Amino acid sequence: MGSIFDILGPVMVGPSSSHTAGAARIGMVARQLFGRQPQKAAVYLHGSFAATGKGHGTDRALIAGLLGMKPDDMRIPDSFEIAEEEGMAFTIESREIREAHPNTAQIIMEAEGVDVMKIQAYSIGGGRIRVCEIDEIDVNFSGESNTLIIRNLDEPGRIKEVAAALSDAGINIATMQVFRDKRGGHAIMVVETDQIVPQETMDDLAGKDGIIRVKFLLAN
Amino acid sequence: MSYQSMEEAQIRCEKEGIAFWKAVQLEDAGERQITEEDSWNVMKQMWRTMLDSLDAYDPELMSRSRMVGREGGLMDAYREKGHTLCGDFMAKVMANALKMGCNNACMKRIVAAPTAGACGVMPAVLVTYFREYDVPEEKMIEALYVAAGIGQIIANRAYLAGASGGCQAEIGSGSGMAASAICHVKGGDTAQIGHACAMALKNLMGLVCDPVGGLVEVPCVKRNVGGAFNAIAAADMALAGIESQIPVDQVIDAMKEVGDKMDVSLRETGFGGVAGSEKAAQIVERMNM
Repeated sequence: MGSIFDILGPVMVGPSSSHTAGAARIGMVARQLFGRQPQKAAVYLHGSFAATGKGHGTDRALIAGLLGMKPDDMRIPDSFEIAEEEGMAFTIESREIREAHPNTAQIIMEAEGVDVMKIQAYSIGGGRIRVCEIDEIDVNFSGESNTLIIRNLDEPGRIKEVAAALSDAGINIATMQVFRDKRGGHAIMVVETDQIVPQETMDDLAGKDGIIRVKFLLAN
Repeated sequence: MSYQSMEEAQIRCEKEGIAFWKAVQLEDAGERQITEEDSWNVMKQMWRTMLDSLDAYDPELMSRSRMVGREGGLMDAYREKGHTLCGDFMAKVMANALKMGCNNACMKRIVAAPTAGACGVMPAVLVTYFREYDVPEEKMIEALYVAAGIGQIIANRAYLAGASGGCQAEIGSGSGMAASAICHVKGGDTAQIGHACAMALKNLMGLVCDPVGGLVEVPCVKRNVGGAFNAIAAADMALAGIESQIPVDQVIDAMKEVGDKMDVSLRETGFGGVAGSEKAAQIVERMNM
């Protein structure tokens, strides 16, 4: 559950908190998870997002978010043109996603020198969202808290290393979730923290054997 | 953890001898590890943004579809003639609800409370009352805490998105929040705040989300009027000593059950309800040309 200012708020550009502000936020969180502005983005809209997305500016808001705009940014209606200026190529299509929430978007992001990333997230109203899939692994977080996301090999000792590194940095873990695609395959740890994880700790973790990718989302 | 039920919040209020708004503020300050003053200042900012947003209404502006935009100006002009059926105060409430709905449709900056489509209900009730009766601003900020606390309980037990639970979750919840908030401004206690919300929610239970062409314009803009009027009626009933026979927590649960059973065509897909009418089809065809 988020703060009372997710209920009384956000301050946003209309017309829809779920379809405009939430969409902008999905784009923004996807960009943060990717770590930079994508050079190429493929966006897929499901359910109500697909049926009424155009009228709500869902498409423009998602692209605005990928460009780093917040939901109250008055430039949201012009995001397509801004993407072109900034050299971010994008496509937007409808896609039926099985058992997905009605306000779901999938985003596949590409840029030179980094792995392709696929995010699935949905908008739950009031501008709030849940990220439910990263690179084919099911996850479940909002991005409202400080969130450390680690992709690692599913093998003994990885969780202990992460917990130890956070403990050494004086960081308290608020919640922790662990997901994997298959036994001995790839796993994702989603760790919500009370404090901000310093770059040093992130670098330290990223250098460890069996840890593939380390990302940090600042609470917003 | 935020309050999961009105009952839980009420127990804290009684135990600590505090008002409901204070219980909400303390919870916010505790949850986010900030001072009560910091929390207050953010809420004050929300209140001021509501005032600014209402004042930014432009009666000449129309939405891209050209379906809405002038309604607030028309209502102002009609009210000024002095022959409204519902009286001057309620006509102002109506005009303000319309103005905010139009602002949202015209992609202006608004406070989504609880959602953008329902952003007119709270300012219509609270800002109109504030300006009409010269209430101290502090009282209105307290009222926003009341509304936020109620909204949080609804979000915890049910939902606030039309796509999830129909318009009852948006205008309905906004109406419940506004009813509780204005009930507080008028001196209602925690029990009355709960009754006001319960009655407002019950009156709008089952309301479907059927936007024409999927746009937050028709019937959304005018439904803000319905939500605001209903909120004032529910608050007045609660202040008169009328009680909801069903406790507010159970009304919220019932709203969720109704939303879960609602056909997907009636949950913001733009297919059912008035969105499925012949005229709506003509409008959509015209817009796509």
